[in-house]
Amino acid sequence: MCLGIPGKIVEIYEKDSLKMAKVDFGGIAKEACLAYTPEAEVGQYALIHVGFAITLMDEEEAQETLRLLQEMADLEDEIPG
Amino acid sequence: MKYLDEYRDPAKVKALLKEIESVVTKNWAIMEICGGQTHAFLHHGLDAMLPPQIELVHGPGCPVCVTPLEQIDRALAIASRPDVIFTSYGDMLRVPGSTKDLFTVRAQGGNVRTVYSPLEAVQIAEANPDKQVVFFAIGFETTAPANAMAVLQAKNKNIKNFSVLVSHVRVPPAMEAILGSKTNRVEAFLAAGHVCAVMGFHEYPPIAGKYNVPIVVTGFEPIDLLNGLLAAVKQLEGGQAFAENQYQRAVKFDGNESAQKTIQSVFQSTDRKWRGIGVIPQSGWGLSAEFQEFDAEKRFDVENIFTQESSLCIAGEILQGLKKPPQCSAFGKQCTQQTPLGAPMVSAEGACAAYYRYHREEIKA
Repeated sequence: MCLGIPGKIVEIYEKDSLKMAKVDFGGIAKEACLAYTPEAEVGQYALIHVGFAITLMDEEEAQETLRLLQEMADLEDEIPG
Repeated sequence: MKYLDEYRDPAKVKALLKEIESVVTKNWAIMEICGGQTHAFLHHGLDAMLPPQIELVHGPGCPVCVTPLEQIDRALAIASRPDVIFTSYGDMLRVPGSTKDLFTVRAQGGNVRTVYSPLEAVQIAEANPDKQVVFFAIGFETTAPANAMAVLQAKNKNIKNFSVLVSHVRVPPAMEAILGSKTNRVEAFLAAGHVCAVMGFHEYPPIAGKYNVPIVVTGFEPIDLLNGLLAAVKQLEGGQAFAENQYQRAVKFDGNESAQKTIQSVFQSTDRKWRGIGVIPQSGWGLSAEFQEFDAEKRFDVENIFTQESSLCIAGEILQGLKKPPQCSAFGKQCTQQTPLGAPMVSAEGACAAYYRYHREEIKA
């Protein structure tokens, strides 16, 4: 139930005095509430859980994690066995 | 999909597995708290690829599984009323109560609806002023901001026919209950990434210190899970015990403070009973004084509930990580996903459902 899926914010609007968004999940669009990520902008990725953005994805941190892992994978390639 | 696909890269998975293998020298029991992570480990077959020294102990992080039977029975009683539209997240509908489940109530004419977001329940209340609309507000910290906002919206919009049946639980008190138990075997934790996206992980350094246990905030994709395990194993092998974050793209130390603020205004800390485990002090949230008018338990007379658990089901031992599903005599026989005896066989986060789906070869003849 704590399933959270990162989706791309494609449109922001207000509904019932809440900041809402249309979020794209790889081709499937759903509505999500941005009340807890008021700084969110169109084009950013948010982690959506039960119709709410609970955090915005941090692109820099994501790249850093992947860079470190790539280094590890490259190193493995160099070591025989 | 971005932020998912790149964390499933086979080359990086292979590198991480090799790295874990090269670091591990002793046997370690590591608990992934979150049932979503249990399913991810088994779904991707990672559990079978780990070095034999690492045992994954599956934790109680399955909100559907730990919602107490009394509360399920209250839900069934309320949902059976002709004046009620009962709304719930879909995975609650098949959870067995003492005598039936919410699907049965619906089949018998009850107005039971699943919602994707709790805000939909508020909209249903607005659209049906002649009905009482009740939302089953269950979940861990991840779900609390959404559930809290639904209550806040109902108050702001002065919607009188909306109420919530609350059964909110929290992770850190459960971790302490596990670590403080005489039967505890857990030597390190993978902390639930999405719980921490909301709450941060400032609650974990004191627990890591007090119980001398590594705690690694971990995500849900194969690379995340292995990266979390690697960090935990490195700490264990090095004799260290601290809280660290391997899910940096989604989790900050302080979490989502705006969400925490709303949770704190709508809910207050309370003792909670966990199904199969028992009462854990201050392990959950109930409605705060200001929002009592939205409490479905007060609005409907559901005090006298007589509960009866299946005598075969060992969900309590499963949820505490003391036994694995194939050790249950009913697993895959009397208890299947079609005929679940306990909640862990129902939920997409329940350990029994994960083993039934991915390790059916372990069903005893």
